[in-house]
Amino acid sequence: MLQYDLAVIGGGPAGMAAALRARECGVAHIVILERAERLGGILEQCIHTGFGLHYFKEELSGPEYAQRFIDQVEQSDIEVMTDTMVIHLSTNNVVTAVSKSAGLVEINATAVILAMGCRERPRGALNIAGTRPAGVMTAGTAQRYVNIDGYLPGHEVVILGSGDIGLIMARRMTLEGAHVKMVCELQPYSSGLTRNIVQCLEDFDIPLRLSCTVVKVHGQERLTGVTVAQVDQNRRPIPGTEEFVACDTLLLSVGLIPENELSRNVGIKMDPVTRGPVVDESRETSQEGVFACGNVLQVHDLVDYVTKESQTAGEGAARYILNQKDYNTAYVRTKGINGVRYVVPQKVNLNAGRDVKLYFRVGDVYRDATIRVTCDGQALYTRKKGKLTPGEMENVTIRSDVLGGLREKSEILIQIEG
Amino acid sequence: MVYDVVVIGAGVTGALIARELSRYDLKVALLEKNNDAATETSKANSAIVHAGYDAKEGTLKARLNVHGAKMMGSLCEDLSVPYRNIGSLVLAFNEEEMETLHTLLERGQKNGVPKLEIISQERLHEMEPNVSKRARGALWAPTASIVCPYELTIAAVENAVVNGVEFFRNCEVERIVSQKDSFSIGTPQGTFSASYIVNAAGVHADEVAEMIGDRSFRITPRRGEYLVMDKNMGSLVSHVIFQCPTKMGKGVLVSPTVDGNLLAGPNAVDVEDKYDTSTTVKGLQDVQEYVRYSIPTMKMNDVITSFAGLRAHGDQGDFIIGPSEYNSRFIHVAGIESPGLTASPATAEFVVEILKKQGLALQERPEFTPVRKGPVRFHQLTRTQQRELIAKDPAYGHIVCRCETVTEGEIRDAIRAPAGARDVDGVKRRTRAGMGRCQGGFCGAKVVEILSRELGVPENEITKFGGKSNVVYEKTK
Repeated sequence: MLQYDLAVIGGGPAGMAAALRARECGVAHIVILERAERLGGILEQCIHTGFGLHYFKEELSGPEYAQRFIDQVEQSDIEVMTDTMVIHLSTNNVVTAVSKSAGLVEINATAVILAMGCRERPRGALNIAGTRPAGVMTAGTAQRYVNIDGYLPGHEVVILGSGDIGLIMARRMTLEGAHVKMVCELQPYSSGLTRNIVQCLEDFDIPLRLSCTVVKVHGQERLTGVTVAQVDQNRRPIPGTEEFVACDTLLLSVGLIPENELSRNVGIKMDPVTRGPVVDESRETSQEGVFACGNVLQVHDLVDYVTKESQTAGEGAARYILNQKDYNTAYVRTKGINGVRYVVPQKVNLNAGRDVKLYFRVGDVYRDATIRVTCDGQALYTRKKGKLTPGEMENVTIRSDVLGGLREKSEILIQIEG
Repeated sequence: MVYDVVVIGAGVTGALIARELSRYDLKVALLEKNNDAATETSKANSAIVHAGYDAKEGTLKARLNVHGAKMMGSLCEDLSVPYRNIGSLVLAFNEEEMETLHTLLERGQKNGVPKLEIISQERLHEMEPNVSKRARGALWAPTASIVCPYELTIAAVENAVVNGVEFFRNCEVERIVSQKDSFSIGTPQGTFSASYIVNAAGVHADEVAEMIGDRSFRITPRRGEYLVMDKNMGSLVSHVIFQCPTKMGKGVLVSPTVDGNLLAGPNAVDVEDKYDTSTTVKGLQDVQEYVRYSIPTMKMNDVITSFAGLRAHGDQGDFIIGPSEYNSRFIHVAGIESPGLTASPATAEFVVEILKKQGLALQERPEFTPVRKGPVRFHQLTRTQQRELIAKDPAYGHIVCRCETVTEGEIRDAIRAPAGARDVDGVKRRTRAGMGRCQGGFCGAKVVEILSRELGVPENEITKFGGKSNVVYEKTK
């Protein structure tokens, strides 16, 4: 059995940032376990720009953003095992992984950081009626075919879901010579970033149909078309609005799901809304010494926030490993109400002695609204926002002195007014 | 190409007939119109080994069901096919249905089904705590089992091929000319000459019969839609749960699968088109409603996929098995709807007996091997076995499908196996790569790459399931 202070599962932006920060904090023996042939995670296929505006104050492509961290990892003494897939995590933090070169390895780690990322929701989860021809795939799969393998997945394209990957792929397929006929979105608003709607759809005259969905898939061998329909307020198709759209490709961008098989199997407590682990302000999960960050914890809109969150997890893991963790704990819970779908972290140690950022998403589009944070009826924070959308993650900072004054076991509530 | 017997259709019935014939010193060809075995009815059904109380006594359905159910366990062991004897329960929600249970019990006893009993509400809820509290009792059939129908079919073809049967894919029978002592069978792959034909063409069996002028039966495709739930729902029930049968079928069931998912369905709708395996909004809603009736706590958020299959419903009220009146060397094996899967091992034996009666000389081959060594299932091995396996062959150390923990070695083996996979769906059915909760989102492209490498063709020639179902088009600029 191999011994490490810290095992990081996943070598994407989250895993790399967490490992690097833990190293900076003085953790000596760190290993990153990455299933792909190289570090970088999903950024490797995200060749468009728009990454790093917050963190580096520059506009980078996905591989460029990843490379900055890959370079740092390579210059450090952090060990990296690529082509290595973790198949099990035990309750005493033993990680089992397999790889072609090293075979089956077991790693006894003082602390573990979960950074496995997320996956796309497949067609099956939507239960779209019709046939099951070739040509129906998730937007991310299409992105891999185009950007990594160099094949065009189709010529006449309909995209269901206006999540960011769907929007990015609308532009990418257009640039490769495909004809993107429309992007259908079930909700009355897009779940993607505003800048992507402008740069990926409007600039290419690709229609975005809101409150619209695909109700049927046609074609025996390859897709020949889809039936789209308008939906009512309850997202049910409105009879009589059905329209056949001929196409050979249907790309799905209908949501991302954190990849928590390892976490769930070991019994880590999960948040049913984020579908990620329940964590405290250090991103420690319900299993001692196991931390989580990045899209495995909550689906992020921007990689910049993934990096920051992962640094927080790296610091938390370092404190744990170096025995600097504050065991004088008194927790408050956090909760989203009145339009706030979830809050991460789900609990905060009042004795942390640090400012704590709370991240959350809203469930609807709000204009000129107020974010209000309260605890025990006492106002902790208020901010006016011109626009809030489900596609963009929000955050509020609770200062350490404010935290220190709260009552143990109380609840910090975040809500939207107006 | 001259054969003693040509079997048309590599569904579970045709495949097991071909395998049964491979016991003897015969030249046998198995013709399949699709790119793989088990691509129609045999891949899309309830995956149940029925105990045998449904069919009316004296019918072929009853006889072959009960006999087939007895054979299935050891056949699956020989062929290394997943099979679990979990038993089935038919629920009764009112007095009328309680009476139906008694009818089924009596029929089952007449059919020779062992150990049937009607159990109380109390015992039912002890056995199945998630079943609706309104269920008043159930028929308990401990001999009912679950099996993986496409693995059974694929394993049977593989074993048949190892024993000398020639398997032809993309080999749709287009015309049959009856000659004095033989048939001439026209296909896109050339003309086959055969002394005997076994027509196991599923929903197309009537069309194949017509090729020799036999219009004695018609097959109506009767569509059934199913939902597959995530493995986290797999333990919601631990037996096959039926509702009382209706005129259209055995009623909607909820059942664990051998892979640990939960399967719900089917509804039953007669359709015109023999290729219409589309699912419908109404059908999937109906199935959900039926399922909630049996299991009120079932959550539909956990549906990972849905599919539809066509039952080959004959118009004779029973399986249509026997020589054609037009030519006694042409054997019909038609109208094989439920319990066709259960009956298939017995049907295979029965058909070989019929062939013998029609003059086919059966000389046993001593070298016949009934056992098929199953493929490696990495995730089922112990840690020690996994370690040893990767040390011997590093391809087993590369996990391609994360959801189902399927390695590159397993995918490669599935392609290289006798009658191996030629397309993405073929890999999926043999290895489960792409069958998990992400439904191939991550591994789909990797599977295409491995197929491309193993088959020596570019990625854009790899199909989902043959024909023009190419996954990707031309190279980008």
